Amino acid sequence: MTTDHRDPRRPRANGPTDVAGHEVRAEGTTLPTLPGDTHAHVQAETATGSRTLWGDAWRRLRKNKLAIVGLVWIVAVLIMTISADLWVPPLFGDPLAVNTTPGASLQAPSLTHPFGTDKLGRDVLSRVVYGARVSLTVGVLAVSISLAIGLLLGALSGYYGRFVDSLVMRSADVFFAFPYILFAIALIAVLGPSYRNVFIAIGILGWPSIARVFRSSILSVKENEYVDAARAMGASDFRIMFRHIMPNAIAPIIVYGTMSIGGAIITEAALSFLGMGVQPPTPSWGLMLSDAKSLMFRAPWLTIWPGFAILTTVLAFVLMGDGMRDALDVKMKD
Amino acid sequence: MVKYVVRRAFQMIPVFIGVTLILFVLRAPGVLPGDPVRMITGERAISDALREQIIQKHALDQPLYRQYVLYVSNILKGDLGESFQRGRPVLDILADKFPNTLRLAVAGIIIEAIIGVTAGIISAVRQYSFLDVLVTLSTSILVSVPVFWLGMLFQIFFGIKLKEWTGGTFYLPISQMSSANFPDWVHIILPAITLASVSTAYVARIMRSQMLESMGQDYIRTAEAKGLTRRAVTFRHALKNALIPVVTFVGIDFGVMMGGAILTETVFSWPGVGREIFLAVGQRDWPIVMGGVIVIVFLVMIINLLVDLSYALLDPRIRYGGGAE
Repeated sequence: MTTDHRDPRRPRANGPTDVAGHEVRAEGTTLPTLPGDTHAHVQAETATGSRTLWGDAWRRLRKNKLAIVGLVWIVAVLIMTISADLWVPPLFGDPLAVNTTPGASLQAPSLTHPFGTDKLGRDVLSRVVYGARVSLTVGVLAVSISLAIGLLLGALSGYYGRFVDSLVMRSADVFFAFPYILFAIALIAVLGPSYRNVFIAIGILGWPSIARVFRSSILSVKENEYVDAARAMGASDFRIMFRHIMPNAIAPIIVYGTMSIGGAIITEAALSFLGMGVQPPTPSWGLMLSDAKSLMFRAPWLTIWPGFAILTTVLAFVLMGDGMRDALDVKMKD
Repeated sequence: MVKYVVRRAFQMIPVFIGVTLILFVLRAPGVLPGDPVRMITGERAISDALREQIIQKHALDQPLYRQYVLYVSNILKGDLGESFQRGRPVLDILADKFPNTLRLAVAGIIIEAIIGVTAGIISAVRQYSFLDVLVTLSTSILVSVPVFWLGMLFQIFFGIKLKEWTGGTFYLPISQMSSANFPDWVHIILPAITLASVSTAYVARIMRSQMLESMGQDYIRTAEAKGLTRRAVTFRHALKNALIPVVTFVGIDFGVMMGGAILTETVFSWPGVGREIFLAVGQRDWPIVMGGVIVIVFLVMIINLLVDLSYALLDPRIRYGGGAE
């Protein structure tokens, strides 16, 4: 099936012979790095002593400079935005405070307004910092919704196979047939554009990728002898699923989920940019760029900073995801 | 091969039913908060008589399955409804804009294929070199850039700043009006690069990993053992197989681009299908939005079919081994 395409951030199958997402598989830590593995920069540790999969993964992740840069940036943005109420309004002004004094609007960057002011005289730095709240909240909530639906359906599909599998995977194909942004727009057209409906729409559209990744991960874990052993000892389906399969099948989901947060942030920005997302006056990066569009040449600072914020934040999640893929030794094609 | 074509074509049917079902549910009464009449007419005041007429025409007072059958048969007849705000059929409105979208898509695909494939090959052949690191890092950055922001930056930099700095001797035009002294095709450069940016990064990544994978295969060792030159091994043996998935990606991407690049077209005010849909969103002219989605889904499904079939032509393993599933 190659109905999967559209959003390049989705894992894609390699060709028609591949059933959805087959090459996304958890290989555990016992397998050697394949010759075609693009991400062999991180060598396996040879340290002795007690070792766990997660401990090993963390040690490898720490060695990946780019992933650490990403992690540090995410933490920094989180701290900045959580503590924003304490320092942003006193230093730079309220993100929503419209200033109609003559000369207050469209000020070029200066010491009092390091990122300048917008056409309503609001401080751009302040709005960019508060915009991170919207972006991160939408990113995390949207991916949570995708995870909730995707993990459940992926697990059912991978574990029970047969009819359930076909039903879930064919539904995923239908979702993949839609152009991503347009589908989101159509959904929001019906739900009405709002903060809440943006993350609901992005969340709903994200489940098929998660389900595919989790399904194929479960399929490969299910073949292990310890699963047969558990079944032979009379463990229930529920116990086998949650105690034996899930913990071993979750690594690709962690990698993919991290990258998806970045994807959701870009999508939110795109939808807000098109007027189908967060509504004014809420400071959202996409919305700020939408306002900046008509003032692109007169006030370039309105364009530069919100976009830079999107780029760095999304990049941080991508680098983290890349690093975790290497650290957890998950094979996931681009 | 004929069997494969037929089977593959039949696989489109459930997807078609699913897609239409979802779009149908989005405007069905009582399912979601939306008002079905509003989804058909767009948001503007309409008279009760017109409202009644629409309910009759779309059988909105009939059982759901009959509404659905009518909905699908209308689509199959090419009737996507009418834009009430412009008083024209949706299909005509979109068809008018399609040539512009097509031009942009062709330019985008050319850039994507040439730059992406070249970067991927260099990256794989010189694995872990400075160039490889550069390519890998820039692909990560490119996939994180919001395309609409990239488009705005291009316009600020190439259209305005460069013009100022070079005293107007060198710059790229950002709109037809600002630049009567440029040949027509120059206008497409910036939008095409913007449109191709993210996909180019993906092509480079896929190319690189495919190339590395195929260079690790046994037949490459055999070719080397035969004493072929490095160049011959790389280009005649490794590249040929590594290219197949890349061709698939580019083909599918072409389908996606033909559906109109709503963000790129909006940022550059490029009069294509994508911008038309954006304008319709602004005017809450839902028939154009929904009709646009259907047309694009169809377009992409057909392109995917063609890509799969050409893939089967290129790779005998697909024709003879069980086929797609």
